[in-house]
Parts: sequence; C-alpha cells; structure tokens
Amino acid sequence: MCGIAGVINKKKTVNVGEQMGLMLQGLKHRGPDSTGYAMYGTPLKKGFVMRFKISENEAEKVNATVDSPADLKNRKNAVDSILKKHGAKVTKESSSTPYAFRYIFDFKGDLTDLATEIETVEKTEILSIGKGLELIKDLGDANTVSNQYGLDKFMGTHGIGHTRMATESDVDIKSAHPYWAFPFEDVSVVHNGQLTNYWGNRRVLERKGYRFNSNCDSEIIAVYIADKMANGIELEKAMHDSLDELDGVFTYVVATKDQLGMAKDHMAAKPMVIYESKDIVACASEEVAIRNIFPHEIKTYDPYEAEVKVWQA
Amino acid sequence: MAGITKRTTAFDDENLSGRSQKLYFEVTEEENYTYYGNHEVDFNKRTSIDCEGIDAHALNQKIRDAIRKGYGSIVIKNPGAKHSLGVGILNKLNLIFEGSLGYFGIGCIDGPTVRVNGRVGWSCAENMMSGKVVVENNAGSCFGAALRGGDLIVKGDAGARTGIDMKGGTILIGGNAGAYTGFMMQRGRIIVCGDVNANMGDSMYDGIIFVGGEPHSLGTDCVPGEMNEHEVRWLEQKIKNAEIDCKVPASKFKKYVAGRMLWNYDNLEPAEKKGILG
Repeated sequence: MCGIAGVINKKKTVNVGEQMGLMLQGLKHRGPDSTGYAMYGTPLKKGFVMRFKISENEAEKVNATVDSPADLKNRKNAVDSILKKHGAKVTKESSSTPYAFRYIFDFKGDLTDLATEIETVEKTEILSIGKGLELIKDLGDANTVSNQYGLDKFMGTHGIGHTRMATESDVDIKSAHPYWAFPFEDVSVVHNGQLTNYWGNRRVLERKGYRFNSNCDSEIIAVYIADKMANGIELEKAMHDSLDELDGVFTYVVATKDQLGMAKDHMAAKPMVIYESKDIVACASEEVAIRNIFPHEIKTYDPYEAEVKVWQA
Repeated sequence: MAGITKRTTAFDDENLSGRSQKLYFEVTEEENYTYYGNHEVDFNKRTSIDCEGIDAHALNQKIRDAIRKGYGSIVIKNPGAKHSLGVGILNKLNLIFEGSLGYFGIGCIDGPTVRVNGRVGWSCAENMMSGKVVVENNAGSCFGAALRGGDLIVKGDAGARTGIDMKGGTILIGGNAGAYTGFMMQRGRIIVCGDVNANMGDSMYDGIIFVGGEPHSLGTDCVPGEMNEHEVRWLEQKIKNAEIDCKVPASKFKKYVAGRMLWNYDNLEPAEKKGILG
C-alpha cells in the first residue's frame, strides 16, 4: 500500500513544490518509509540539471550515513573528474545533505555514456538528468524530505510523488520512488502495486542494454516506458501497451517534460482519484490528498480499469 | 438434496432457495429490529457538527453524543474526504454530509438515512444492515461491499467490484459501474442505469443484476435472465423513488442472474460452505 500523487498546472508556473508536499503529506498513512518527488521546473535553455547521490541514508536517523566524510569527498571528486573528462562544465552546484547533490552543467556529448560512467563510482546513483526534471527522494515523510531539501519553494508546472510502504525491497533511497527513466531526460514514474512478471521483463530489457539500479519492481515501468519512447512510440500508446505486457496489480503515474499520465491495470485493484479543471489536474491514491490543496468541495472521480489518461502542461 | 424453499417477498413469484437463507435470513427482520440501548430520536431536533480539524474517531463520538441527546437530524460540515466517517451507527437517524467522504465511510450502519453531498471513496457503506444511503456524486471501488440490507444509491458512477460479496439489499447506480460489479454476490439486487465494465457478476452464487446499458462482458457463471412484469414495476418504483433521471425505461432493462454451474450452493450445509469458501 503506497501512496502516489501527481499534479499538472496548465500553461502556468506555480509553487509546485508546495502543492506536492501537501498532497504527499496527506498520503503519509499509506507509506511512511520514504518519500520522493519528481518535479518539473522551468526548462533550462542550455545545459542540464542533474540530481545524484553518493551514499545511502542507511540509518533510522535522518542525515546519518555509514560512510566517512573522506569517502564521500573521494566519491564527489571522482564524479567531478568524470564530468570534466566528458567535457561537461559545471556552472552551479549545491547540496542539501552530505550525500545528495544538485549540479547544473553544460554538455554536448552523449548523455548515456556520461551517466553510465558516473554510476561506476561506488554507491553513486544519478537520480535524474533533464532540462526541467529534478528528482529528490529520501527516508521519512513528505515534510521531512521537503524541509531537508528546501522543496516548499520549488517553482514549476507539474510534478509527481510517492510515499512508500516497502514490501518487496529494502527501506533505502535506491528503492524509493520516483524512478527516472535512465537515460532519457525528463521522464519519471511512480507506482502503487506489485508486478508479477518483473524478472522476465527485466531480463528482456537488460538484454537490450538497459541498466537497473534496484531490485524494486516499480523501476521496470520507467525503463519499459523509456524503451518504448526510444522506439518512437508516443507516451499514451506506450502506456496502453504496458497494461497488457506488465502483469500484476498496479496504478502508476508518469511524467515527461510537458505531460502527466496515469494508467490503471485490468483489475482496477489499486486506487486513484482524479480532479480535473481547466487550470489544473490533480490525481492521488486518495481524495484526502487532493483536498489538502483544495479545501473547498470539488468534483472528483475514479478512473476505470485498463484506463490511460494523459494531460498536457 | 435440500428442498427449494418458497417464500413471498417483494416479488410475488420469487423463489428464495438454500437452507441457510431459510434458517438464518429473515427478510422482514430489518424493518422491526432494534438494538438494546438504542435511543429515541426526534427528527425535528437538528444540530450540526464541524469536521474541520478533528479526526474520524472524534467525529463519530460526537455523532453518538448527539444521538444520545435525542437529535434526529445531524448535518456534518467540512468532512474533507476523511476516512471512516459516520461508521457503526445502529440508530434511526437523518445524517447529512455536506461534502465528500474518504475510504470506509458510513460502514457497518443499521438504520440511519444518510445523504452525502459529494463523492465517496472505497468501500462506502460496507456491511450495511438497513437504512438508506444516497450519494450525490461518484463512488469509488467496492461500493456496498458485503451489503446485507437497505438501499444504497449513487447518482453518479461507481468503481470496480461494486457490491462484492453482497448478501442482501439493493444497490442503485445512476451512471456506469466498473469491472467485476456483483463479484461473488450471494443475494440482493444491483441496478445499474448505465453500462457495466468487464466481468460483471463474476462467480455470483445468487442475486440479480439489472442493467440499463450494456455490460462489457459477463464473468464466470453470470447468465442473462428473463424479466417479468413484477420486476419492471419494482424497477420503475425504485428508480423513481431515488430521483434518478434514467434515460432507459424500466421495461428495457436487462436482467442477469447466476448460472449455478460453479457448484451446488443449495446442497451444502453451512459448515461445509465455510470449508469451501476457506
């Protein structure tokens, strides 16, 4: 039982960080283990924004890591030198925790090569690379993560998020959602449910050369969608295909640089409530999350089984 | 083989079958039954409770306190789609929610008349024994799960598995219903004015589903039945009473019943049934 949420503001930049924070805090009871945000800010005209982590938040205590400061420093230096080697020029860097960083860099080469090499550094994982996408995930509830990373003032058009109740993999950042569709810029996924043909699909996708960072079944949705889109298939068509090719019970939300989409399986076994108006679309596992941003009465509905919806920013 | 028991109900010629129903189910009981410790309430005595800033437990306690003081009409303001509101009310009461409910709203009730001026989430009115519930907007999945009696009405659409495992009563849906509507239903009636999605009435043992539109597909052991004029009259009356603007005339509704091919439900002792159902 995880909680998922998504919000898209049509043709308007607002404080999407605050919107997502309120919605995810409303879903805390569905999963208190970790919270993740994938938010889409104003797209950069040149260069990329990258979020990455060089260690795990292993302990119960927030900010506690088992790696020594020297280890962290070495890993960060290794990442910096790889960026330099590939000709990427870092123009801005910041960090909210000792193990998570945000870089803005100019780059003209092959993003896949760069990302693959960065991830060869021990315990290092790229959370996201994109023009607008910034993916932040950590242990704790929505407010904890939002305060830690200063997300309550994030301006953007749309975002998705997840509160996780760990069932089939560990409580750590790499198993937390959302998942970035490596190596495609600006594609991310959150998921509620279980996939039963995970290993079979994973083998097929790994043979095609995709990499998996965790053993979490949700990651496969991001890679699956990315694979389809790489073959020129539209997001909506790829999502329709997924309903037949992925097995299990699931509802997931996917976002690209200017789109938000949701899909529900044939059994309609996992919840989703949608509110649509001409300015904004909000969807969440429970209405109580949407009501955190709309205190007044609103008209909401449940999508039916095998339903796919895509909205444009 | 156990004999088929005939009993007169709302439908003059309806056969109620199965020993368990003869022994354990009394159709008229819900009308007259009152619990020990129930309170006399006056429907003209009104009060309102604001749900802003309080949780489900506190609100449910306040409703009980108001019933104890004899209030017969209670308006709940700002329910804010919170979960488990108004559960376990075993008293005659006129209860109005001025907004949406979250999951498990008004579950396990016996007697009250409830109006929800909004939407309800998953498992609304689960295990309801008697009374009447009217939802003005849409309903989530598992609407009226394990319903045992009373009328459950939603004017908009209902989600998947509506009336799952229901054992009596009537569910009336003004719009469309989701997949697996009437899944494993054992008694009672579901009326859907619009369309029904895939696998309607899957594994149903008994009961009737009336559909104004089209079911997308029928589940295992759900078969078309034949409408008689009593049922047409009953449908007309039910839809009229619920104030639903149904485009399909009652005579054009389709009826679906259990094919009774999965296994012989009538021939088993209750203990044996328990074993089979696990």
